[in-house]
Amino acid sequence: MASFTERMVPVLVLWLAVCLAETWAVDRGNFKTCDQSAFCKRQRALKPGESPYRALLETMELTNTRLTLQLINDNNKVRLLLELYRLQGNITRVKINELKPLKPRYEVPDVLIREPPTEPLSLLSQDENGVVLSLGSESQRVIISARPFRLDIMEGSDVLMSLNSRGLLTFEHLRMRKDTFSYKVTSTVASTTKEEEEKVEDGMWEETFKSHSDSKPNGPSAISLDFSLPGVEHVYGIPEHADTLRLKTTENGDPYRLYNLDVFQYELYNPMALYGAVPVMLAHNTQRTTGIFWLNAAETWVDISSNTAGKTVFGKMLDYVQGSSETPQTDVRWISESGIIDVFLMLGPTPKDVFSQYASLTGTQSFPPLASLGYHQCRWNYNDQEDVQSVDAGFDEHDIPYDFIWLDIEHTDGKRYFTWDPHKFATPKEMLQGLMDKKRKLVAIVDPHIKVDSNYKIHNEIRSKGFYIKNKDGGDYEGWCWPGSASYPDFFRADMRAWWASMFAYDQYEGSMENMYTWNDMNEPSVFNGPEVTMHKDTVHGAWEHRDVHNLYGFYVQMATAEGLIQRSGGIERPFVLTRAFFAGSQRYGAVWTGDNAAEWDHLKISIPMCLSLGLVGISFCGADVGGFFKSPSTELLVRWYQTGAYQPFFRAHAHLDTPRREPWLFGPENTALIREAVRQRYTLLPYWYQQFYHAHRTGEPIMRPLIQLFRKGRHVLKLSVPLMFFNSAAGRDLLVHPVTEEGARGVTAYLPGKDTVWFDIHTFQKHNGAQNLYIPVTMSSIPVFQRGGSIIPRKVRVRRSSTCMEHDPYTLYVALNLQRTAEGELYIDDGHTFNYEKKEFIHRRLSFAKNILSSVNLAPDAQFTTRSWIERVVILGASKPSKVTLQTADGQDSQLEFDFDASMSVLTLRKPGMNAGADWTVMLQ
Amino acid sequence: MSCQYLLLLLLSVGVSAVEVHRPRGVPLSKRQFYEEDKPFTCLDGSRTIPFDRVNDDYCDCQDGSDEPGTAACPNGSFHCTNAGFRPAFIPSSRINDGICDCCDTTDEYNSGASCQNTCRDLGRKERESLLKMAEIAKEGFQLKQQLIHEAKSGLEDKKLKLSEVQSSKKDLESKVEALRTVKETAEQPEKEAKERHMQAWEGKLGFESISPSTVCKDVSVAELMSHSELDPDSDSSFTEAEAQVLMGGVDKVDLAAFGAVWNNIKEKYLSEVRTYIPAPVETAQEETPVSDNDSDQYPEDDIPEEEEEEDEDDEDDDQDESDYKVRPLSFFITLGWTVLKFEISFDFGPSAEFGYLYSQCYELTTSEYIYRLCPFNRVSQKPKYGGSETNLGTWGKWAGPEDNIYSVMKYEHGTGCWQGPNRSTTVKLTCGKETVVTSTSEPSRCEYLMEFITPAVCQEPANLDSDLHEHEEL
Repeated sequence: MASFTERMVPVLVLWLAVCLAETWAVDRGNFKTCDQSAFCKRQRALKPGESPYRALLETMELTNTRLTLQLINDNNKVRLLLELYRLQGNITRVKINELKPLKPRYEVPDVLIREPPTEPLSLLSQDENGVVLSLGSESQRVIISARPFRLDIMEGSDVLMSLNSRGLLTFEHLRMRKDTFSYKVTSTVASTTKEEEEKVEDGMWEETFKSHSDSKPNGPSAISLDFSLPGVEHVYGIPEHADTLRLKTTENGDPYRLYNLDVFQYELYNPMALYGAVPVMLAHNTQRTTGIFWLNAAETWVDISSNTAGKTVFGKMLDYVQGSSETPQTDVRWISESGIIDVFLMLGPTPKDVFSQYASLTGTQSFPPLASLGYHQCRWNYNDQEDVQSVDAGFDEHDIPYDFIWLDIEHTDGKRYFTWDPHKFATPKEMLQGLMDKKRKLVAIVDPHIKVDSNYKIHNEIRSKGFYIKNKDGGDYEGWCWPGSASYPDFFRADMRAWWASMFAYDQYEGSMENMYTWNDMNEPSVFNGPEVTMHKDTVHGAWEHRDVHNLYGFYVQMATAEGLIQRSGGIERPFVLTRAFFAGSQRYGAVWTGDNAAEWDHLKISIPMCLSLGLVGISFCGADVGGFFKSPSTELLVRWYQTGAYQPFFRAHAHLDTPRREPWLFGPENTALIREAVRQRYTLLPYWYQQFYHAHRTGEPIMRPLIQLFRKGRHVLKLSVPLMFFNSAAGRDLLVHPVTEEGARGVTAYLPGKDTVWFDIHTFQKHNGAQNLYIPVTMSSIPVFQRGGSIIPRKVRVRRSSTCMEHDPYTLYVALNLQRTAEGELYIDDGHTFNYEKKEFIHRRLSFAKNILSSVNLAPDAQFTTRSWIERVVILGASKPSKVTLQTADGQDSQLEFDFDASMSVLTLRKPGMNAGADWTVMLQ
Repeated sequence: MSCQYLLLLLLSVGVSAVEVHRPRGVPLSKRQFYEEDKPFTCLDGSRTIPFDRVNDDYCDCQDGSDEPGTAACPNGSFHCTNAGFRPAFIPSSRINDGICDCCDTTDEYNSGASCQNTCRDLGRKERESLLKMAEIAKEGFQLKQQLIHEAKSGLEDKKLKLSEVQSSKKDLESKVEALRTVKETAEQPEKEAKERHMQAWEGKLGFESISPSTVCKDVSVAELMSHSELDPDSDSSFTEAEAQVLMGGVDKVDLAAFGAVWNNIKEKYLSEVRTYIPAPVETAQEETPVSDNDSDQYPEDDIPEEEEEEDEDDEDDDQDESDYKVRPLSFFITLGWTVLKFEISFDFGPSAEFGYLYSQCYELTTSEYIYRLCPFNRVSQKPKYGGSETNLGTWGKWAGPEDNIYSVMKYEHGTGCWQGPNRSTTVKLTCGKETVVTSTSEPSRCEYLMEFITPAVCQEPANLDSDLHEHEEL
């Protein structure tokens, strides 16, 4: 939906019109740079050098599960407590807190799915310089050096990661505020008396930004730690930023910022904060992939530097050829405003291992209802029930499938969520029933800002229960948002979340039905008149300040909403909730989108790295507003965006209130046909998407993957063709998608990886060899997609008006043979919408082709499910002509299958084998 | 449209009495291609398959013709007979999808969906509504005939007036001619200078090329400027810019551009013109939207501040009374002529049947706004509870589909939207006895849609009465 106040404040409207009309870009002045954020400026002023911290080895305690050790800052004598855990699955956890803080410091709850199970640590050696511990049974060790304190993780003779090796560990301990006199203590005084308090700097006890003042009653509390990654040239992750997949070095600009913000008309290719924050970074090279998960919910900045950053590609190639370069190394530094250091070092070694390590901490992608993988039609706003009905009818008239139609904020009674506009949506159940009759669904928006209005039930209840976030003086915090004056429920309270969830019950949420789902927008939280369009940091959540918890707000809103949708069905139905703000762990509650983008080609392009980055840190269910939210796309851009969106996990078109209508059939029959074709391709592949989501749900592996991950062994690819990643996306393991994202393109060059791999164009079945840059001529109808030789992909080619209508339809199996003439794939089937799969009600089969035999075997013999779907066709790509084809079913019956062989493309099509999709069977080519 | 459908419908009722054996989903018209026990050739001729592969739930033909009764082909279509109602084709993807599409339920033969046969019901309802519509169309069409008749006489009226105006112009010509003669003879020595001057102000009034053949010219900006009573902001200085604005920014307007200008100055003009032209233009004052109090701001005595002729001072004092009077009068006659020509220039439909809408306004009050449609003029919206009026577009053009261009009106260039287009309104016309706005909506930001009923769009109904009775007896 929307982000900002273009309608709310006339003065601002005018101002924006004057200042932004031409550039159409973010107003940077609304958002802080590191220099304007006092703690970031303070911390960043500290340069690498010898750390003042020393490990007090005599305080070391080692139990079976953890090591504790005190650290002392030799400048101020403040002691810290270091805890070190070895976690199951090759993860090391390092926690650092004050030994005796004045008051507790915030530790992030609810993000970890459980207290991570530990493994024993054992002491290998110890002297006055440090200790060496063994990390599990492998050859991994951790070396704790005492003076200065540093921590190195080794495997064999390789250093995987070093902490505080650049001496940037800082821990601003909590302190009593000095009276105003001591404000004047100068740095000279401070430095002469070492044991005295550090100098008092601006912004420690109070900070102002524009007209907003932050009272900071607890004073400075920032933390920082550096990590060195030897052998690593590139790092990825830490979404959300509108930037390339590969993170850039930040020495010459601001660090990447993680602070959930509603950024109006965001700019591309920069490190500014956006709507969500996942403090997880991946480091990748040909030998190893590792990850750093910095569990902190406060405002965070991440600096990246690299010793190879300045080198040209040629320089790197020279180094490579000569083998004489220094080891590449990337250094990273994390800075957070408050809380503690709680960091998980995920040690790989493969990308898959890192994904599973991270999933073991924060959980996997929720398994969404199948229908939510279909196409979503959204607009700010579908005006009334009649409008909804006519758009719905438009899809039938133009024979374009869709599953969800969406209602933005205007459907409510005066932006009071959980209500309906009495004139425009007088009989919502009638509308929902109309959609249900066509097996379609609706999403209605529920934002977390609550209109302050004593005639509004939701407001009255939250206020009377004391559930609102409080301002620093103890009253209910009020800000300005869509409804005007609004307050914000304190989602950090479990009792508040439980109450919120109960509001989604059918008898509470009037007009709701089981085919209505929810969208949480504006949950950064967005406060139009707050600092940086968000909440004041000195508002209070029980014992904690908003400063401590900010990045978690959206996470909790979606959590409570998803819980509400589960509860209303008695725990039976899977929820679907879309959120704009997110944090680590948000993958457990639904989908995210990249917020308020614009109808520009660059925004289409950036949707790929933005969703790839999210997928790398667990959030697979990602999409961008198809067509672009702000502004109006050209027809060409709109068509290309549909073609791209059809191959991204969350596929929703959306548009700003002020833009002309853009339902798919409004651009002439030719373009309607192009869009229809893109959407139909999506629907034929729904079985594959669904299976990919099941896989992601089970393993934590991303669905949309960059090429680096697929082919990590291709050293040359990694070394020399890094830019490829920016514009390539691959859905799952088996499809390589290179959508056209250039205006007026006549061709694209796609890198097909894998030296011994072949790729089949899924439209023409043309075979291409891997490890080449392939030039593909394109027309407006082209969506270059390739199936990997060696894979089997199930499709349902009978596209109907919604995914639910296709439930019982038969499958076509696309078997793409590799050079060894083998292929493998899976088929997953369940009811598509309940949690019964957790009770083993599903079909999961392995499909494999080898030695001219294609067979289906049960991957889950203990699971039970029956399907009416059958196999209507098998298409084998790269096949040779058989003399006969025999089907053998479970009852031992043999039958001959008719087939068709296209010699020019080597495509063998088996006609109507007819076996049930859940059965055991074998097909032999002779 | 109603008539053809009705006929089709009635035909089908008759036909369906005889069930003809054919594969599921095949229309009667294609039955001959599906002969049992003979190989089937795909309708595109691409291949031939055994007949048992027709409707065997596997797509063999690229054109989908072998599976008319299953969902196997992505491009197939299914024919529902719908006895009692209209037959229909549906995409074959709607066969057995659990949703009842054919009223005879034949599309859901294997999905478990419990569909009711609603064809007879639908047929009856449609017949009823068609009858009702036919009734309306009939009455509407009669009204339309009346409108056409009135329009004809109105047009003749106007043409008559036009010629009257033309003849009064001719009078003026002779007057000017006479003056000229007087001047020429009386002031022979100053003749050359005089002539130059004459030409100058004649030029201003648009008379520079008076000749028996070209009687009239359109109004010019300079001319308008000389009439401070038409000053739109009544700040007593009628600038060239303002005149340009009134004239739509075109120095010498064509008739289309004049329309926009005319809407701006119409009322002021009408109050003025009465003093000069005894029989005012037909436009009825009370029906035009009274725009606040503008007209009161121009009391009569303010007006005849005659045009400021700069050259007047250095001229001789031989201005005679008649000359003084002639100039304003001639202007208004010219303007009046332009107005008439403008009104006649509207496309009021093939028989001017929409003419009666001109200078009328129709309102619709919704929960929030009062919408006002003044056909061939403008559409506006005013908040119900106070607030200023917003222009949703001024008359643009007829914008219906090629075969029915007079079914949609387009009003354009209304007040601009923030970050959006200028407001515009599409008015859809449907046949009815009354003239009334039935609904308004804003399907897209600042693009309004209005439904408008008028007898003027009613088509001549086919004589159905006898047909209907005959067929109902079947």
